[in-house]
Amino acid sequence: MSASGPAGRSGESGVGADSAPPPQTDGWAELQAQLHEWRQSISRLIPPWGPRFLAYALLVVGIVLPFFFASDSGFMNATIIALAFAVMSLGLNVVVGFAGLLDLGYVAFYAIGAYSLGWFGSDFFFKAHVHVLVHGVAATEIGIHLNFILILIAAALICAVAGIIIGLPTLRLRGDYIAIVTLAFGEIIATVAVNGQSIHFGGGMTLTAGNLGISAVDSPYFPGIGQFTLLNLRPWYWLIFAILLIVLGVNLRLRDSRLGRAWVALREDEVAAVSMGIPSVRTKLSAYAMGAAFGGMSGAFLGTYYTAINAGQFQFGFSIFVLAMVIIGGLGSIWGALLGGLLLGYINNWLIPDVLNDLPSKFGLSFSMTQIEYGIFGFLLVLVMLVRPQGLIPERRRKLEMTAKIAAEDAQLVESTAP
Amino acid sequence: MPFRRPLSLFFPHHGGQRLVEASSLTPTLPAPAARPLAAVRRASGRWGLIAALLALPVYYGLRDLIHGYPAGVVAGHVVIHHDLTRLGFNFSQGISNGAIWALIAIGYTLVYGIIELINFAHGDVFMIGSMTAVGFWATIGLGLTTGPGGLVLGLVVTLIVSMIVCGTLNVLIERVAYRPLRGAPKLAPLITAVGFSFILQNVGLLWNGGSPVGVNDLIHQGQTVFRISGVPIVRGYLLALAVMIPLVIALGWFISNTRAGRAMRATAQDPEAARLMGINVNQTISLTFLLGGMLAGAAGLVYALYETNIWYFQGFKAGLIAFTAAVMGGIGNVRGAVLGGLIIGVIQALSDARLGPQWTEAVVFGYLILIMILRPRGLLGEETREAG
Repeated sequence: MSASGPAGRSGESGVGADSAPPPQTDGWAELQAQLHEWRQSISRLIPPWGPRFLAYALLVVGIVLPFFFASDSGFMNATIIALAFAVMSLGLNVVVGFAGLLDLGYVAFYAIGAYSLGWFGSDFFFKAHVHVLVHGVAATEIGIHLNFILILIAAALICAVAGIIIGLPTLRLRGDYIAIVTLAFGEIIATVAVNGQSIHFGGGMTLTAGNLGISAVDSPYFPGIGQFTLLNLRPWYWLIFAILLIVLGVNLRLRDSRLGRAWVALREDEVAAVSMGIPSVRTKLSAYAMGAAFGGMSGAFLGTYYTAINAGQFQFGFSIFVLAMVIIGGLGSIWGALLGGLLLGYINNWLIPDVLNDLPSKFGLSFSMTQIEYGIFGFLLVLVMLVRPQGLIPERRRKLEMTAKIAAEDAQLVESTAP
Repeated sequence: MPFRRPLSLFFPHHGGQRLVEASSLTPTLPAPAARPLAAVRRASGRWGLIAALLALPVYYGLRDLIHGYPAGVVAGHVVIHHDLTRLGFNFSQGISNGAIWALIAIGYTLVYGIIELINFAHGDVFMIGSMTAVGFWATIGLGLTTGPGGLVLGLVVTLIVSMIVCGTLNVLIERVAYRPLRGAPKLAPLITAVGFSFILQNVGLLWNGGSPVGVNDLIHQGQTVFRISGVPIVRGYLLALAVMIPLVIALGWFISNTRAGRAMRATAQDPEAARLMGINVNQTISLTFLLGGMLAGAAGLVYALYETNIWYFQGFKAGLIAFTAAVMGGIGNVRGAVLGGLIIGVIQALSDARLGPQWTEAVVFGYLILIMILRPRGLLGEETREAG
């Protein structure tokens, strides 16, 4: 993501006098200064252990949350899906946020993750008889049945390989062109998923079940908890919560690792990074692999949670939906991606279908909110970009870039990072 | 900034009037040290892409010649032909499809040439164009019973209306969603473009419902006008070409011969220098969006007449196909967009007829990835910083 294209150049030099930034009157500047001061004084009030305490408090709240809601309520359902979306958002954040590789085909990894579950956790490959560490009905049925944890690992591995495959043609490209190749890849995967019924393996087995869907997939089984059912959503919640915690932990450690810094360096200036000895190919491919693996884990979880893997759900819009989570949260910011994922997850699965769905009909309009949900997300994207381009919880470096006050705040950055 | 933008993105060889010679601005770089892989890559670039493009027609042409194809049933026997008529049929269909894609692709290429933005909303502007055209001709009362004179007059008026509506819409989108982000990183306008694409799709969804809507076949597009060695040329094909060719010629004339066109080329080359030369860059960018939108509006009308159905999702698919066409021709290059549009049209028609329409999307996107691997700058494009 080079910020120095012609668009960037023209911005720096203020091309076009008639659309110069809105005239900043003294009152406006004063207001901003006042706000900044308030923010500073509030942040001074927070003790140094504040953020850490907040994180632990959120952890405890997260663990006990299911007890406050009925075990099969719509809100629980929305929460579970929102957590799964947050995992995807964290995964895409690695690719787009950390490494700056705009990926518009993220739905491919959702699809591959979900199909990994369909292939290895159902009777879909009915000629096979493979059972590994499974329990109950799954242990006796035909087909391949692996333990859910194994499927999760398999999905992550398969997606990582797919991520590397998609990464390879983009290595020489930058910016928009990466977006195009990933988009094309996502669309190809979606097309293959829809038409997979006509790809035969012999013995009547096909690659996917197309729009019919692979149904009756195994639900996870954990000793002590038993078989997961849709009547009791709490185990599902804790499962995805645990996955989210793992992914979050990996993300936090990655961000501060050598690899994470290499990603940021490549994002900011590829030429400089490479001349400093950062292996461009390996670093970029590891970003694709990492991001894809998280997407695959979330996809596998959603596959078993939705109890069917239907090709219709893997559409380009979903890629943009996940991208919207990352961007609304704040590109490159882990907590932002988490917040964005949860926020859009709730908006998509709870606010729009359960709360606001009848709103237009109350005004005499003949459509429901679920029909125009993508329009709403599009509107949110435009709004966020125009009003708060750095996102809700911006990463510090990105915030400076987005608000274009780099020179002015450079000194601040140095101050705040220096001990 | 080690690299400069390539110069003269529009009609690079047109009329020999490059604004500034490339060599006078950028010192010629020394040839890179010989790397065997790079040399192979450079050689495989253009010719590899051409070979890849020829692969489908040559394969199916040979197959038709050697194995033959069933051309109908006569007296209970399947007649097998061993000629290229079926391929010719695919080509004629593909070229007329391609004329529509070319009109849309020009919009992508103009916008990319001038502000380096993939205008994701462009395909949906085209969709709005189709809906405007259908809505307008229904309003002025064009129907299956309208006489030829009234029909031609009505359709010309509809064409103008849908061009104006789409041009204005495109300018408005630029004003609202892209101009405020002129100084922001490139990701920002790309995201607002995607956002507007979804907004327009939902406008179309609410306007015309969620499934394809049949449209009156006003011009009887399937009616054969004449045959070229057995290949029927139907009215729809002629319509697509009859709209595309004059518009492209007019656009080419506008870009190369008028003052505003020269301003566009100058802005594409270097916005900063253009501004210093007294060009109103924002106005020029608006003009570019207006032209792109108008061509999309024309394509919208042709699409509605040709496919005889419209739906809110058509713009998304068409946009991706046209975008592939623009990239294939060399993004930023109008001739390239037309060439790419026609080629993609043929690939699409071949894939529709031989592999089945459900695979077409995968084939087109496979080609897109292949272009990106072999020759990111496209067939006629110049080397750019991003695609280098």
